[in-house]
Amino acid sequence: MTGDAAPRRTPLWDAHRRLGAKLIEFGGWEMPVSYRGILDEHRAVRTAAGLFDVSHMGEIEVTGPQAAATCQTLTTNDVRKLVDGQVQYTLLCRPDGGVVDDVTLYRHAPDRFFFCVNASNTAKDLAWICEHAGGATITDRSAATALLALQGPRAAAILARLTSAPVVSVQSFRFVDDRVAGRPTLISRTGYTGEDGFELYVAAEDAERLWDALLEVGEGDDLEPVGLGARDTLRLEAALPLYGHELDDATTPLAAGLTRFVALDGDDFLGRDTLRRERERGSAWRLVGLELRGPGIARQGYPVLADGAAIGQVTSGTQSPTLGKAIALAYVDPAHATPDAALAVEIRGRAVPAVVVPTPFYKRSQRR
Amino acid sequence: MNIPEALRYSEEHEWVAVDGTTATIGITDFAQDELGDIVFVELPAVGATLQRSKPLGVVESVKAVSDVYAPIGGTVTEVNGALADHPEVINEDPYGKGWMVRVRLADPSEVDGLMTAQQYGEFIAKEKA
Repeated sequence: MTGDAAPRRTPLWDAHRRLGAKLIEFGGWEMPVSYRGILDEHRAVRTAAGLFDVSHMGEIEVTGPQAAATCQTLTTNDVRKLVDGQVQYTLLCRPDGGVVDDVTLYRHAPDRFFFCVNASNTAKDLAWICEHAGGATITDRSAATALLALQGPRAAAILARLTSAPVVSVQSFRFVDDRVAGRPTLISRTGYTGEDGFELYVAAEDAERLWDALLEVGEGDDLEPVGLGARDTLRLEAALPLYGHELDDATTPLAAGLTRFVALDGDDFLGRDTLRRERERGSAWRLVGLELRGPGIARQGYPVLADGAAIGQVTSGTQSPTLGKAIALAYVDPAHATPDAALAVEIRGRAVPAVVVPTPFYKRSQRR
Repeated sequence: MNIPEALRYSEEHEWVAVDGTTATIGITDFAQDELGDIVFVELPAVGATLQRSKPLGVVESVKAVSDVYAPIGGTVTEVNGALADHPEVINEDPYGKGWMVRVRLADPSEVDGLMTAQQYGEFIAKEKA
């Protein structure tokens, strides 16, 4: 995945350095893991607002008269449900049902779509999409595009100060093309934190100007730059899957509980037949939420036990900053995937009690 | 970076405060800063035997699990029980309230193998570079 090549830098690398960020390598990129501290940044997003640089993510455009058909062949969700200016969470699946990537699909026009894909999968996705392009034109816009995420209950108020776009009336999973801080920006009401917020796509050369402008107008609202560390704890509280943890080439969207993003009775797509069979026979594994009832933190790869026998494996775990409890996502034998099932997680040789709980672990109160 | 003169240091970023035949052990300011917010600590029981360079416990930050190694050998005489509910004091006060265990030294001469404050300062400067 990373090879020997030096990690890549986003257009905001200098800005991160100036802010004193701690930088780590992630998916082949040198990215900020935290600025002031993961817990502070997590809290800022839950109570005020946070600004993330996620420019490492990839943008792959699909255009031409065949664009919609190609997108449908490639993805599990129903592309016909998308209208212009709408975004859909969806998955790229292999014929065997394994997940190539989980992505968002944007429709600009009936003949113009783009995928936003995980950084570590961009090269793999691009090859996959080109292989199944049909008659559509595929263009990789990743290098020329920067992506900022503005997330939190005050995100809309902060963004409104920099644009004449009616940001408050942009519905969830909708987007508009407008200007922010004077520069052309795709404003998308989406995110990966469990809070209200926006993802802002801009030209790479405009990224720093937008970043600085947002931090400046958000200062009075306690807007903080947020790194990948808090991005992970925020998404885990919201039980949003992360590729490489809950999803990979060997897991299926049905086992991951993403059934509502898989239109098994719609038009054909790669993996549909296998997934239909899985629906009939049942999945081999089920992704569940766990809450630990003893000391410790469950981490990826730790065994999940029932009566001492291994019946699953943790995919992600952390000490939830909002709930003050150790939470985890884990694949378990479906026989044990029942609410309140008393299981255990093996942590350094000890069986720590854990209970199956509903997900998401955290859900924001609806105000909009 | 705070590196108190009176303490001795290991290459795994633990500090040792020696008082006769007993010593107090914790992790350094550099270590807590590298780890970030600490949210869980696992420490040995009183009476446990520590062997130099072997894991004595675990600290977990939000992101990751890290072993804490025994900088010197000995028998645990006291454990900082306050860390169970407030592991964040390791971030706030690594050389004070964030201490981890007290031990009766097995071999006080082992202390001579640890770095001085100046040596440790040079060591982390090199590690950072």
